[in-house]
Amino acid sequence: MTELNVLTIEGLWKGYRGRHVLKGIDLEVAPHEVVCLIGASGSGKSTLLRCVNLLEEVDDGTIHLEGAEITDPRVNADDVRKRLGIVFQAFNLFPHMSVLDNITLAPRQVHRVPRAQAERSARDLLERFGLGDRAGAYPDQLSGGQQQRVAIIRAVATQPKLLLLDEVTSALDPELVVEVLGVIKELKNAGMTMIMTTHEMSFCREIADTVCFLDNGVLIEKGPPAQIFTDPQEARTREFLRSVMESGRF
Amino acid sequence: MVSYVKSERQAEREKIRKSRTLRSASTATISTIIFLVLVVYVVTNAPGWQRVEETFFSWENFTKALPDVAEGFLINIKIFMIAEPLILIVGLLVALVRGLKSPVFFPLRALAIAYTDLFRGVPTLLLVLLIGFGLPALNLQGAPNDPVTLGIIALTLSYGAYVAEVFRSGIESVHPSQVAAARSLGLPYGKTMRFVVLPQAVRRVIPPLLNDFVALQKETSLVATIGVIEAVRQAQIHVAKTFNYTPYLVAALLFVLLTIPMARFTDYLAARSQRRRGA
Repeated sequence: MTELNVLTIEGLWKGYRGRHVLKGIDLEVAPHEVVCLIGASGSGKSTLLRCVNLLEEVDDGTIHLEGAEITDPRVNADDVRKRLGIVFQAFNLFPHMSVLDNITLAPRQVHRVPRAQAERSARDLLERFGLGDRAGAYPDQLSGGQQQRVAIIRAVATQPKLLLLDEVTSALDPELVVEVLGVIKELKNAGMTMIMTTHEMSFCREIADTVCFLDNGVLIEKGPPAQIFTDPQEARTREFLRSVMESGRF
Repeated sequence: MVSYVKSERQAEREKIRKSRTLRSASTATISTIIFLVLVVYVVTNAPGWQRVEETFFSWENFTKALPDVAEGFLINIKIFMIAEPLILIVGLLVALVRGLKSPVFFPLRALAIAYTDLFRGVPTLLLVLLIGFGLPALNLQGAPNDPVTLGIIALTLSYGAYVAEVFRSGIESVHPSQVAAARSLGLPYGKTMRFVVLPQAVRRVIPPLLNDFVALQKETSLVATIGVIEAVRQAQIHVAKTFNYTPYLVAALLFVLLTIPMARFTDYLAARSQRRRGA
């Protein structure tokens, strides 16, 4: 069963200074599946992504990537991260590099792709996501939406097996959210396996294969979006969705 | 198509701004002239001015000392030009070593900390004397005994410790999210430093680095104490012969002429980065 999954998380615990942020999370992600993590701020969504990326050390439990355990301390974290992509809420582009250099840094320095080839694929990706004319620009010359699209392109330029998206639209003005969501939709159509945390419920409903509701470090409920959004089984899920609805973000 | 026609109000505003600029420029000129006249008046009317003028501002002594002092000054420039790149290398290496996390590097890291603590603590003059006289006394095979080389070593060790701290503060000022972004792309620690952290850190510390180099330019004169006949020592020799202090003024003038362009360049860089941050 594990062999079939891109990612398998079993009994994952993580805490900071004695406070438990993740309390025994189990999650499986199949190839080409899009998993959306929803839940209030502080529910542990982002921490879960950071654990998968090995930016955080887990306290207990295991994470398997393509059948191999990555939470073993003997595993080389750099080798694991080569197969993963992550996009952050705050873009985190390298401000001293042009868009093209931001995208080609990892392919050239980590995956040993020759410069000409790396730049060609980067330009293809930029073209595909409507940024063909911004290859030479620097991050601070771009709008927030453009920066985030570049960050997504940077993450997929190394052809990761799994893409992690951490609140990628939360720092953007509403009219810029659309262009970033368009990119994610296109990646799904291309078959990218993704885990994303989001507050955009309607988008989540549209794109997710599986929605997971986290509350206080516990995975309360998991299911296809149609079921979670229309017929949630757990009281806390219902409560969360009601409060989101009332805030007008649905 | 909307075309722009300047309104009367705007034209008026621009006229007022222009006249105001003109007025502040002329005010600045006038007040500067008054200030200078006052200073000159006060100094030249001091009771001891006659003597000071003779001993410090003698044109005859000035022209006589200038060629020798200028020749000595070439040694200051040479020391400075050689020491500066060496200091950058030492400083950067020490800063990088201090950032290494692995326990394997503990001895190196401890050494780097001891180095910055020690060499920032010892007065540069003492360091020049200790190395200038101590190193040749060891009679080591291949150890330099040319005082200029020894002076360069001493200055490099002293300033390397300062510059290491400047680099370290620059490295620490790069936000951790930049490191997270690089590491998450699979870049190992070394490449993260080389491609992501250092380029940003170095840009930020250029103004304080140049400040340290302005200080270094002056302190090259400390090598006079171990027998190098540079600008200050040349001036001293002239003073000893004539009991006229004008040669000191010559040396001071040369140092100022060298440091002013550097200081203006530092200001320019600081202003530029300020503008960029504001943009």
